[in-house]
Amino acid sequence: MGRYRNVSFLAAAIFLQILGLAVQVKRSSENQPSRLIRVWAVSAITPPEKALVRIQNGTSDLWHNYFYLRGVRQENRELREQIEQLQLDQVRLKQDADQAHRLQTLLGFKEQFIAKTLAAQVIGSSGSEQSRTVYIDKGSRDGIQLEMAVISAAGVVGRVINVFRSTSQVLLINDQQSGVGTILEQSRLQGVLKGKSSGELVIDKIMADEEVKPGDRVLTSGGDQIFPKGLLIGTVDRIDKGPEFLQVSVKPTAALNRLEEVLVIVKKEEHEPVSTATGTRASDILAERLPSVPDKPAVAANAVPGSAARGAVPPKAVRIHPVAAGSVSQGAGQTKTPAAASSTTAKPITTAPRSTSGTTGTPGSKLPATTASNPVAAPSAKLPSPPNSKPLANTTPSQPQPTPPGDRPQ
Amino acid sequence: MALTYTPREQIEVYRFSLPVTIIVPLLAVFLQAFIPLRFPFFSIFDLPLLVVIFFAMARRSQVAGLVTGAAIGLLQDSLTHHQIGLYGIAKTVVGYGASSLGVKLDVESVGTRFLVVTGFEVIHEVIYFSIAHGMVRLNLHWNWAHELESAFANAILGVFLFGLMDRLKDRA
Repeated sequence: MGRYRNVSFLAAAIFLQILGLAVQVKRSSENQPSRLIRVWAVSAITPPEKALVRIQNGTSDLWHNYFYLRGVRQENRELREQIEQLQLDQVRLKQDADQAHRLQTLLGFKEQFIAKTLAAQVIGSSGSEQSRTVYIDKGSRDGIQLEMAVISAAGVVGRVINVFRSTSQVLLINDQQSGVGTILEQSRLQGVLKGKSSGELVIDKIMADEEVKPGDRVLTSGGDQIFPKGLLIGTVDRIDKGPEFLQVSVKPTAALNRLEEVLVIVKKEEHEPVSTATGTRASDILAERLPSVPDKPAVAANAVPGSAARGAVPPKAVRIHPVAAGSVSQGAGQTKTPAAASSTTAKPITTAPRSTSGTTGTPGSKLPATTASNPVAAPSAKLPSPPNSKPLANTTPSQPQPTPPGDRPQ
Repeated sequence: MALTYTPREQIEVYRFSLPVTIIVPLLAVFLQAFIPLRFPFFSIFDLPLLVVIFFAMARRSQVAGLVTGAAIGLLQDSLTHHQIGLYGIAKTVVGYGASSLGVKLDVESVGTRFLVVTGFEVIHEVIYFSIAHGMVRLNLHWNWAHELESAFANAILGVFLFGLMDRLKDRA
């Protein structure tokens, strides 16, 4: 028996682990994840990771904020010029946004806003090429919950799959078990974005006869109920034609293998957009477009000369703004509207170049934590434009980009 | 590369202090999780595997080898989002195999270390992929070029790392 002692130990160790795996495979189908050993492991590994990240950031901030200030004046001047240019752009974009709001109100669409985000620092990874996950330094005590969307300044990052007390595990969009509802900006084709074992992102199940061009922007469609509609994911990199389906390779805009700071969308709100033209009905718009006889000014019976103008009730002015004819004529429920044109007024997330004061939402992080009063828009600044809109039969109501309430017309 | 057979009576058995036994595997798992964030190419290495092989070959005890492999593998599993046990089983087998080989070979030479690490890296991946595909239904893609590249990279790192870790050994 002594001869087989070691082999027996080996067999027992393997048997026990296989048994454990079998139990987990069964339990995972019942949505009961095994936790305890993960909690121990994460508790052992993440504290030094957090400490190291803080030391690294502190050193970097010290260097960049106090010692290495070469070129700061020049950069400041350039940034001021950029602000002026952006202010001009903002005025123009606000007009577009106002128009979009009015259209959405008319069509009864509901907007999905990112009401609150939480900045978090990426502190570690799984350490495995087969498991593309990262750990962030925010957990349940910070309000993180399962299935919350995680984004960065550049684009979509992933979703929360495990929440611990002070850390959370985020499944990146390029993992094999990840899936994100997507829409191509130009062609308006929808699909599910998945990761491959190599870490590449692909959209499959697009019919081979569809036209997809490299460089087309890929946005979230909102269909997965995790990511709000209109967030930028990446651009089409390559298209491989199969006999039935296209395989569209996507290049993510977020640097998924070099993440440092991310934003967790902790609260989403869905409500109808507020329009300046309240009370304006579709019939009013049509009436405005059709030729009509101008109203006669009402004159008081006993009006004295000269007072006619004062006593006259002028025709009720309905402020009509230019309307994209294509959008209106398509009708609600069948329209790919200029979804989320409101986002054009949204303030893009700006990652402060190593630190500016006032942008730090949470200690140790470079991204601002935001609330509804100071919302952060989704990373995608530009959204589908009306001319490219195509009718689509089963389109869900548009859930456009978040817009800071202050930017919305009241 | 000299690959020499060592008679059983000439085999030297080493042991490690308790702090080394605990801290080195933890440090390996920690670095494996942390460094790829800053240097993505580092994910090609498998530091926990190198530690398993080193401890198993130095202790030359098959039970100690498989226990070390299982413990480090399960810890590594805990940081992934997959089921726990994939790395555990693969590293248990590697720990057992490395300690069995350590009894028969002169594992102090550079050549032996290079070949042993290369071989066990491939074995580790084969076991991992088999279990992941067969039991957990993970659709992993096997790429020979990538696996061989990873095996050689680990072997080169292993030769240097083992040289450093030799200083932690106490003669039993």
